[in-house]
Amino acid sequence: MKRRPLALMLFLSLSLSAALGQSGGELKFCLHSDPKTFDPFLVADDASVSVRYLTGGVLIRVNRRTQQAEPEMATSWTVSRDGRSITFNLRDRVYYSDGTPFNAADVAYTVQRLMDPALHSPTGDSFRSGSGEVRTIIDSPTRITVTFPAPVAGLDKLFDQVAIVSARSANKDRAVLGPFYVADYKPDSYVLLKRNPNYWRRDAAGRQLPYLDTVRLSIQPNRDIEMMSFRRGEIDLINWLDSEYFDRLLAQSPQLAHDAGPGLDSEQMWFNQVPNAPIPGYKREWFRSTNFRRAVSDAINRADLSRVVYGGHAQPAAGPVSPANKFWFNSQLHAPAYDPAGALRLLQQEGFRLEGSSLRDRAGHTVEFSIITNAGNKARERMAAMVQQDLGKIGMNVHVVTLDFASLIERITESYNYESALLGTANTDLDPNAQMNLWLSSADNHQWNPRQKSPETAWEAEIDRLMKEQASSLDPARRKVCFDRVQQIVVEQQPFIYLVNKNVLSAVAASVANASPVVLRPQTYWNIETLSMGVQTASRH
Amino acid sequence: MKRVRQFAWLFLLLVTVASLGAGLWAPADYAMQFREAPNSPPSHQHLLGTDELGRDRFSRVLYGTRVSLLMAPAAALLSTLLATLVGGVAGYLGGWWERVAMGATDLFLSMPWLFLLLAVRAMLPLNIAPITSVAVTFLLLGLLGWAASARVLCAGARGLRDSDFVLQARASGLRGVRLLAIHVMPNLKPVLAAQFLISIPVFIISEANLGILGLGVSEPLPSWGSLLRELESFTSLGFEAWKLVPLALLVLVVSGFQIILSRNEVYA
Repeated sequence: MKRRPLALMLFLSLSLSAALGQSGGELKFCLHSDPKTFDPFLVADDASVSVRYLTGGVLIRVNRRTQQAEPEMATSWTVSRDGRSITFNLRDRVYYSDGTPFNAADVAYTVQRLMDPALHSPTGDSFRSGSGEVRTIIDSPTRITVTFPAPVAGLDKLFDQVAIVSARSANKDRAVLGPFYVADYKPDSYVLLKRNPNYWRRDAAGRQLPYLDTVRLSIQPNRDIEMMSFRRGEIDLINWLDSEYFDRLLAQSPQLAHDAGPGLDSEQMWFNQVPNAPIPGYKREWFRSTNFRRAVSDAINRADLSRVVYGGHAQPAAGPVSPANKFWFNSQLHAPAYDPAGALRLLQQEGFRLEGSSLRDRAGHTVEFSIITNAGNKARERMAAMVQQDLGKIGMNVHVVTLDFASLIERITESYNYESALLGTANTDLDPNAQMNLWLSSADNHQWNPRQKSPETAWEAEIDRLMKEQASSLDPARRKVCFDRVQQIVVEQQPFIYLVNKNVLSAVAASVANASPVVLRPQTYWNIETLSMGVQTASRH
Repeated sequence: MKRVRQFAWLFLLLVTVASLGAGLWAPADYAMQFREAPNSPPSHQHLLGTDELGRDRFSRVLYGTRVSLLMAPAAALLSTLLATLVGGVAGYLGGWWERVAMGATDLFLSMPWLFLLLAVRAMLPLNIAPITSVAVTFLLLGLLGWAASARVLCAGARGLRDSDFVLQARASGLRGVRLLAIHVMPNLKPVLAAQFLISIPVFIISEANLGILGLGVSEPLPSWGSLLRELESFTSLGFEAWKLVPLALLVLVVSGFQIILSRNEVYA
């Protein structure tokens, strides 16, 4: 009987140690390009975002699992009723990696640099809701209020992207509040991050985090080589896998392959509705017809796209927001059912008729158009080929044209010399404000008909109104109502025909403890502080 | 060596016949998507398995071979004709004609032809049928691929121009087109044949390169280029060796042309 408590204690201690992790070790993974900058204010590319996430200490962190804002360098915060000000209570007795103490002056300095118009910070752009100066009032070393010239919707969560830099450190590049600092960088080869000895966070047992000593980020643009490196045990995780690699890994080592479910990104096609586009008038008439677009949408077998192109690691898309976006997704919407017969009925209402295997419009024109997509993106090329076959079943003659990216962008943004396009949207931000440049009819990225002087259709006018209303409202419930309606209009009108939401697929070595991939970036190392290296495996064949 | 050449001829003949009769013995249409069986391994129904969209790979290889094997010689013929026109005539006329023509040829050779092809391909109308895209792709290859042959033909024509028998013919009063047709062109034939045969595998591989970039023949029509795109992900090859069949066929056909060519080069 006496052995039981001992065994229980041993079991509990082992379980706790597994959950808490072992200190030491090096985590290795790949960046797909060199970071363009280590300046956290100028970050725009993926590699730089990764380095910023691993090194930057932020006031508020959006928990990548719960998607809720959590205290980080700020222990608490309050947003004013008018949405212009935010007051932070800061963590006391925190030091930068170089030993410089952290206080409210650093936050003030960071905000001033972030909003400096001369710096052109992409991160700062998210906060620019109106013209005027941003003011900071330091109440005490641990309390600061930041006031913006106009209300900023979703203000607190925007601070997730703002790494607080030191106002006083002599070596600002090395002074960070995040779990690691950049110790070495060899262009085209690697970025070496070392553990921040002054990192503030501790685990449940009181041990200082992070557990890892170093993180080595190898620069490797080739995904084949990345996959082989993983299989040889040279790297420990792959943040994003395509479905082919994933299935291969799943077949060989299922415990290493992680499917976190649908991500935020979507793949969609759209028709060119630009009034002065160099396309025949009768085709423009088709493309501007809601029933035509809905018929095309109904005739596409999204379940097949998900299954065949992505090996089942994608979900038919319901609309512009993925279900992965827990708060903003309109749960009333469902992916359109594959219904070629229904599609033909809709087309008949518009005067189209099927003659043999060919669809003709009211004037007798054969329904024939091209879909452009970017060359080299195999998934999109396959989707386009499947859409071509699906639409062929309702008599539409579709030509798939792959173009190099520069030509494609020129066509969809400048000359508008195209008929339809199949591309994707990479969403990194949960908040609909990040999509203003997509939905406003005056916006550049309003792809189907950009830069409208005034909305050309009633439904676009309504989207404009709703997007502006949600952007100016500080009530999350009201904003949600507005954005739900926007999603509903988009599904009714199908300016973008959403096809699939790809699953977030990743690979994590068995030697990495506490990994729990999620759909938000950075999927595999969002909890980098608590990742640790356990049993080393030489090979993972 | 004679037996090897005979075998090469036989092999090329077999491949040509097989591809020309694709409609007769292909088990499925090249565009037919068996969506329930994508990426399936070889079976009775699909001899070489299916591709990522469930299309029968054997049928696509047959049709793709037809496209590449018919269009590459057509492009080679076009480029050889252009090369003859530019290089052959320049070499025969000599003087500033030759200097201008060879200057233009050198300029053409110095061009980044791949980017040129990409640019020209991007400027083409979007609504073209796949078969037209095949013709356009190979037409572009033919129009852009004459320069190297023109240099060789120029050198050949220059050699003939200064030869004793042409000098004698000229002394006998033979001039201009008649001299070119009776004495120069017949003697350039082996060089022309060699250049023609050299160009065929070059254009096959060029189309394959464009295909790998996704810029060759349009979907759903197959070509060797589009078939070779399956090999982009080299980590999978160890597990799916049957995907190597188009590559093996390309290597064998190009080798076949090289073997036949070696005989023509002897004559040249």
